[in-house]
Amino acid sequence: METRNLRPPEPLLFEVSRPGRRGFDLPALDVPEPERHDLDRRYTRDDIDGFPELSEVEVARHYTRLSRLNYAIDLGLYPLGSCTMKYNPKVNEKLARLPAFADAHPQMPQDLVQGCLRVMHALEKALCAICGMDRFTLQPAAGAQGEQVGIMMVRAYHQARGNPRQVVLIPDSAHGTNPASAHLAGYRIEQIASNDRGCIDLGALRRRVGDDVAVLMLTNPNTLGVFESEIEETARVLHGAGALLYMDGANLNAFLGRARPGDMGVDVHHLNLHKTFSTPHGGGGPGAGPVGVKQNLEPYLPVPTVESGEGGRCTLAYDRPASIGKVRSFFGNFGMHLRALAYILTHGPRGLRNVAEGAVLNANYIRHHLAGLYHLPYDAPSLHEVVLSDRRLEGTGVRTLDVAKRLMDYGFHPPTIYFPLIVRGALMIEPTESESREELDAFIAAMRAIEAEARRDPDLVRNAPHTTPVRRLDETAAARIPVLRWTASDQKKS
Amino acid sequence: MSDANRYIPISDDDRAAMLRSIGIGSIDDLFNSIPAGLRLRGDLDIPGPLSELELIAAFADRAADNAAFDPRSQFLGGGAYRHFAPAVVDHLISRTEFYSSYTPYQPEISQGTLQAIFEYQTLICQLTELDISNASMYEGASALAEAVLMVERMKRRRRVVLSDRLHPEYLGVVKTYLAQLDVEVDTFGHGEDGAADPEAAARALARPASALVVQHPNFFGCLEEVESLAAAAHDAGADLIVTVTEAVALGLLQGPGRQGADVVAGEAQSLGVPLTYGGPYLGFMAARQSFLRNMPGRLVGESADVDGRRGYVLTLSTREQHIRREKATSNICTNEGLCALTAAIFMATVGRSGLREMARQCRAKAAYARERIAAAPGCSLPYAATFFNEFVVRLPVPAGEAVRRLGESGIVPGIPLSRYFPECANDLLVCVTEMNPRAAIDRLADGLGKLG
Repeated sequence: METRNLRPPEPLLFEVSRPGRRGFDLPALDVPEPERHDLDRRYTRDDIDGFPELSEVEVARHYTRLSRLNYAIDLGLYPLGSCTMKYNPKVNEKLARLPAFADAHPQMPQDLVQGCLRVMHALEKALCAICGMDRFTLQPAAGAQGEQVGIMMVRAYHQARGNPRQVVLIPDSAHGTNPASAHLAGYRIEQIASNDRGCIDLGALRRRVGDDVAVLMLTNPNTLGVFESEIEETARVLHGAGALLYMDGANLNAFLGRARPGDMGVDVHHLNLHKTFSTPHGGGGPGAGPVGVKQNLEPYLPVPTVESGEGGRCTLAYDRPASIGKVRSFFGNFGMHLRALAYILTHGPRGLRNVAEGAVLNANYIRHHLAGLYHLPYDAPSLHEVVLSDRRLEGTGVRTLDVAKRLMDYGFHPPTIYFPLIVRGALMIEPTESESREELDAFIAAMRAIEAEARRDPDLVRNAPHTTPVRRLDETAAARIPVLRWTASDQKKS
Repeated sequence: MSDANRYIPISDDDRAAMLRSIGIGSIDDLFNSIPAGLRLRGDLDIPGPLSELELIAAFADRAADNAAFDPRSQFLGGGAYRHFAPAVVDHLISRTEFYSSYTPYQPEISQGTLQAIFEYQTLICQLTELDISNASMYEGASALAEAVLMVERMKRRRRVVLSDRLHPEYLGVVKTYLAQLDVEVDTFGHGEDGAADPEAAARALARPASALVVQHPNFFGCLEEVESLAAAAHDAGADLIVTVTEAVALGLLQGPGRQGADVVAGEAQSLGVPLTYGGPYLGFMAARQSFLRNMPGRLVGESADVDGRRGYVLTLSTREQHIRREKATSNICTNEGLCALTAAIFMATVGRSGLREMARQCRAKAAYARERIAAAPGCSLPYAATFFNEFVVRLPVPAGEAVRRLGESGIVPGIPLSRYFPECANDLLVCVTEMNPRAAIDRLADGLGKLG
């Protein structure tokens, strides 16, 4: 029997569209048509060629069916390393939809939107306390834009001292956004090797620093989930040469309430509200990437900043002559700011510490129960995530990709794979604090079962997944002859 | 008190059992890799914890700090637009399978997101009349900056020419993005009618430039002569980038691609994304086919699985930062996926006839408002160029004063242009959409007529 409506393929919107159907209406026009009637025809179109015609019923069914083809955090463990896929509190979604916030126009006079400005100000203050920094800009739309803004401020800082410098140092274990962001800020990238513990090699750093180095971008805990225990000395080496320390705060979840970047010698760092502070990932965004700075970088913050004055009245301050300028329209992803503030207020100081403790406990629980079975390339203590590899499966023909795909048959989203680049065949597992012991045990059992399958029946694993809505897709063909949109001729063909 | 928290399913007993299971004495021991001097003593200086009930009350207080103005009496545009979105849009994006999923790196269990993006890319191509669209950018201004970077990367003429009637924040962001890259940013002027002057563009392009950039409709609401501007750009060997901040206008206006634009990049918040005090919004970018391998951001393509079933994947990722690092076409990673989904559902629901009707009503109401205000005592229209749903009014008093005085009657009449252009003290930028009933427009015109 065909399980229609419960299984793919779901046709495209354009394939179910039928002339004359509609899912929308407006009140009748209540003003006279313009006297000279419509716009001159040289400006206008008669039709939007190919645009869909559907009733609301069909739209609702189409997207509901599509939604069922997705994995989601509310279905189970989503252990993507360095992505911090934690539960998204439902009340925060409700708060962000309060009409006073959702309908607030960004061009409203400031006196009429004090509630919005106070939310932003309260979030900045909380982030300063959590991170030990002096100021934050909330404007960057995502972590990568935060990095870019941070490095632009570093450049402005050096420029103000007469020389913008030329080089940004980045460890070989870093996220790809680090070099891409520093490049956008006009810098040349030099890679710094990791030591045998997977941490920054201080000797290499000492040999390399000089007056051409603007900043080091260091992820802490790094992408192995290991705390950069020599970070203070790293900062001293950099500061001694007039350079600065940037911290990629993607992994801040590891030490919330346990340690603060501002106490480590960090001059500037971003964090990801959509990781640490639970704002939903949305299938790829929106995020928010606030950037914290110490006093030395405060003059360069993008405009506007939010300032609090008499009686708690907040204002947007644009008169900042040393600012790097505008980095986006308006003030940032306010809807994400609001959700993050709600998350922080819900937890309070001890609750945030519990978050880090739960995240680190869960990661170590997985590590303990899997490290005997899968190769552990670095045995330094793990914080919020653990990196394993496929090395012990050599000879079975089963690789990391296959393990990841087979996990789907067991009902789990796979970990991050083949990252960090310093580990061959990496499986980077970050459970977060959102998981119960039972969920972790089920994941551990699945990983054990897959390891056994790899030895007993490797083809079963190499051809996985078997139970998903679609099976392995041909990514090479997709890139060779890219089909990036539907066209009417596809319709005729099919 | 127990350390249990409503979002953390680990009880004290669980914690103790798990610690025993891994042979660790205490939670503190798990943090021993943090040097002792860096370990925080004491609690963070933040408020909380709050129960859910207290949290709702706290945000109700903040909500009450915003003035309770009737949206029907607000006439604000300038880069963000109030339009009607059917309830089905928010309902569907509130499905947890959409909003609580990650970037679709594992296509076998992400077909919902991938197919929705593929459809979004198609809709944006149809709207702009261009060949390709990416999966979204942060918001309009940075989308434009990325478009300028893309064209400059391909032409390498180290100079771009922008209309002085761009949204000033967009111009500012382009300047910030280019400030550190040794690319000259020049502007060219507009005619007396308020629209960009194609002859001035041609003069500015006498020196080599990679791109000519205009906004359509422009920041003052005027429609641009896109075909003439495209000709000026192409005659000089430059590409034409058109930025759009009011995407609903494309329900009525020709797709800029048909008129000669090579790239269209801007803001699609209008398509169902709530105003939310400036974000999250939806940057978009569409271009001719020839830009394919230089596009920033994610792209979704069609493919087939091992059983021959149609499916969708992220593709051409060798352009992206996680593969190419500093040689990537952009540093963008997280984009605005859920906002793109919002716009796609909006476009699917509003549809072929609905988007046209929405645009037609915007234009008709704006034309009505413009005529009513022009007839009001002391008010005049400084720019004659044709418009869509925004226009500038010159008042007998400073526009900031007008905003204050009409505010007393619950009306937000527009944006004082002096916010961006100090020399335009008495000019007010008024925006009218299908959300403004005739009675509210009449009150606006009457109010502006009493200022003199």
